[in-house]
Amino acid sequence: MLSCKDVTRLLSESMDRSLPLGKRVGVRFHLLICKFCARYERQLLLIRETVRRLVAAEDRPGESPGETLSAEARERIRKAFANP
Amino acid sequence: MLKSSNVDPSEWVGQYGDYLFRYAMLRLRDRSTSEDLVQETFLAALKDRGSFAGNSSESTWLTGILKHKIADHFRRQAREAPLGDGDLREQPDPSAFDGSGHWTSGPTDWGGNPADLYREKKFLDQFTKCLADLSPNHANAFTLREIEGAGTGEICKVLNVTETNLWVILHRARMQLRRCLETHWFKKSTGKGS
Repeated sequence: MLSCKDVTRLLSESMDRSLPLGKRVGVRFHLLICKFCARYERQLLLIRETVRRLVAAEDRPGESPGETLSAEARERIRKAFANP
Repeated sequence: MLKSSNVDPSEWVGQYGDYLFRYAMLRLRDRSTSEDLVQETFLAALKDRGSFAGNSSESTWLTGILKHKIADHFRRQAREAPLGDGDLREQPDPSAFDGSGHWTSGPTDWGGNPADLYREKKFLDQFTKCLADLSPNHANAFTLREIEGAGTGEICKVLNVTETNLWVILHRARMQLRRCLETHWFKKSTGKGS
């Protein structure tokens, strides 16, 4: 019988490789009866999905939040360009 | 005539500077390192502009150079600060589970369906902060896996770790990151109405 501690480890591992059948079944069974581990899985997947969208938005300037290059850095790069 | 009409370095900083900087910030979590690597990228591109084939866009070409610089930076960090025992201790958050491996207090309900989080600048800032709280190797492993979408084999080479160790690192990184977002973002935002 897998504990919650085991299941969190296996849930993460399953995001990086496909688990052997026995473990996969053990995890699925545990998730049916454990609210916290099921929630943990949903949250890991939400984080993965959010990161995926964040990356996809990088190419759409209007949707991509974030910082801009500082004026100092801009100036430094221009100088380096003039005198490479 | 040379087919260099696509390449105009004097326009680069204005045109691609912010884009490349944001790209670097999400992956490096540090302003000055990001600015340095953007500068290095432009200089490398300037030197190598003859090799720009024109069959990809200028921005794709520049991003490709930056991507390599970031991987080099991760390699350097892994060399300078190799994994210690603490990085591999199996349980990242010992108080999360009791002696028999059950949750002491489980993950809280994050509420709603926050599908549009990725558009929020504040969320991005918090996410970057949480990622920066991890040890560099953990944060870099997470970045390569989840942001770059790299396979585990490739990540093992960059960070110079075994696959088994990488699974442990990623598990720890995800667990800590989840906990940090819960504490600093979801608890606050679900409490908004009260």
